[in-house]
Amino acid sequence: MSKIKLTKVPFIGTEEQAAKLDAKLAELKELPGGLMPALQTAQEIYGYLPIEVQSKIADTFKVSLEEVFGIATFYSLFTLNPRGKNQVSVCLGTACYVKGSGEILEKLEEKLGVDAGECTLDGCFSLVETRCVGCCGLAPVVTINGNVYGKLTPDQLDGILAEYKPSNLKN
Amino acid sequence: MQKHVVNSLADTNFYKKQVRIALRNSGIINPDNIDEYIAYDGYQALIKVLTTMKPQEVVDVVKASGLRGRGGGGFPTGLKWQFTKNAVGDVKYVCCNADEGDPGAFMDRSILEGDPHSVLEAMAIAGFAIGSNKGFVYVRAEYPVAVQRLNTAVSQAKEYGLLGDNILGTGFCFDIEIRLGSGAFVCGEETALMASIEGKRGEPRPRPPFPANQGLFAKPTVLNNVETYANIAPIILKGAEWFSSIGTEKSKGTKVFALGGKILNTGLVEIPMGTTLRTIVEDIGGGIPNGKKFKAAQTGGPSGGCIPAQHLDIPIDYENLAKIGSIMGSGGLIVMDEDNCMVDIAKFFLQFTQDESCGKCVPCRIGTKRLLEYLVRITSGQGKPSDIAEMEKLCEYIKDNSLCGLGQTAPNPVLSTIKYFRNEYDAHVIEKKCPAGVCKALMSYYITDKCIGCTACARKCPVQAISGKVKEIHVIDQTKCTKCGVCMATCKFNSIIKK
Repeated sequence: MSKIKLTKVPFIGTEEQAAKLDAKLAELKELPGGLMPALQTAQEIYGYLPIEVQSKIADTFKVSLEEVFGIATFYSLFTLNPRGKNQVSVCLGTACYVKGSGEILEKLEEKLGVDAGECTLDGCFSLVETRCVGCCGLAPVVTINGNVYGKLTPDQLDGILAEYKPSNLKN
Repeated sequence: MQKHVVNSLADTNFYKKQVRIALRNSGIINPDNIDEYIAYDGYQALIKVLTTMKPQEVVDVVKASGLRGRGGGGFPTGLKWQFTKNAVGDVKYVCCNADEGDPGAFMDRSILEGDPHSVLEAMAIAGFAIGSNKGFVYVRAEYPVAVQRLNTAVSQAKEYGLLGDNILGTGFCFDIEIRLGSGAFVCGEETALMASIEGKRGEPRPRPPFPANQGLFAKPTVLNNVETYANIAPIILKGAEWFSSIGTEKSKGTKVFALGGKILNTGLVEIPMGTTLRTIVEDIGGGIPNGKKFKAAQTGGPSGGCIPAQHLDIPIDYENLAKIGSIMGSGGLIVMDEDNCMVDIAKFFLQFTQDESCGKCVPCRIGTKRLLEYLVRITSGQGKPSDIAEMEKLCEYIKDNSLCGLGQTAPNPVLSTIKYFRNEYDAHVIEKKCPAGVCKALMSYYITDKCIGCTACARKCPVQAISGKVKEIHVIDQTKCTKCGVCMATCKFNSIIKK
């Protein structure tokens, strides 16, 4: 299990987001096993799972906050940290790893100045390691906001990152 | 006039030796259009079952076919259905494990994205056979296209009256719900998967009670993998005899492998059980690129093992793979060449299982951590010769004492690499060398006498570790070198080597 990283960024939610979540929660409340879809929906709305939102979900399902926190920290797709505008995911599946995705990740950490799992200070990029994205034929693979970049070499990274933010890159 | 002949896809080496049952429609039909599935005999098996067969007859056909679980365990599917059918209970569930977690396997994704109805149809058939009216597909959230196509497929099937109440007027009702995983490898384990659908932490529990008696929401449940379901409709339509005529004595039918790694043709290959690994690697896969030598094939992902060249001619089935220290697994097949370090590969898988261990039982949670520490030490040059025997002992302990499949199989990559590539471990701990040149701490870059003194490497070196005059052989200062490899990539004369 990976280490739990709690965010220092204060929670700011809009009324619109709250209304959206409330409507969904009302729907899911009666569904057997609805807690998982509730957390998934909440993360879709807010981009992460702030403790305030977890607390609201706990109240809705009449379970303790500890139980919700336990679930939120168990699954790797749930994050307690806000995400950057652009999500850079490096596939560390076997096929990608064998073809050098470890080096790709290292270079990205260097270029973005963050460790995997973190978000750049300007909020532009967050870098994550991901398990197999299921296109091993294209290994090594990086996805940015769901766009797939396959058969990558480290020297292509600058060009690709630039598509998402032309300035503010190291090197 | 010269005739230009274009071979059909089926005549290429990649497809010639394949037999496509589970993948019969993938890539051929439009998965978002139920009519295309129906045009390819879709839902014929469900109609046959509902109108001409009794539930026990369905179970008997699946039993007689010899179909075994394609998720990796290889448990006879028919028996599983029988147990669940026999279980007492008014409510029963049919579950589909689409939580394809093995990093390097993508056959389930391909079936879900290319032929989602084949899974839904089979689940309805299973529902009829065991007496269930409700199915759940537990699918990875990492597969958004699969989720979307499943949802489309469910709503189209409902519209056509092939799912829902009173299917085709036969009185049989069956509904399917899609539930999303959230990125936990352990949820591929059946009891963990069910806990996750129930909205809990996906931790496995001891068995018995088995899911056939007490599964999802404590009701009798049958759980099969995507690829297993994809085989059901053809078995019903063409008969158990046809299916069992394919394959080996104990492993019937075909298996889909996700061929990847250092191989020319990557992709999904579906081959009859009993095909040799050599056929897959050399004929279908087209061999290793760049003239490199085959070192090992890894099957079964983090639960499997590395198969060396001397076992390339073994016919693939559940028993044979187990015999040589690997497993069938869900079908990941990663080919490695001489540039891959087997100790590093073992470390890679251990990092994965250690990270994905749910933490519930001690042998897995702490055992894999200690095991990983050995591997980290060995790959960073701190290993001792005695480490290897100690690791083997720890591996056996983890295997014997872990609660679920994750822990019981986590040591396999370590044990199989020690068994077949002991020389590489020895090189790491005794000579402090990494023969494949992967483990950074154990290798250095050197400039050979091929150097013409062009100074390109010295200019590119980020830490100014390279010195030398123009037109003279350059030298790397090993105390400064960070082993980034830029010099080697820069040199146009292949004069820099790592060893």
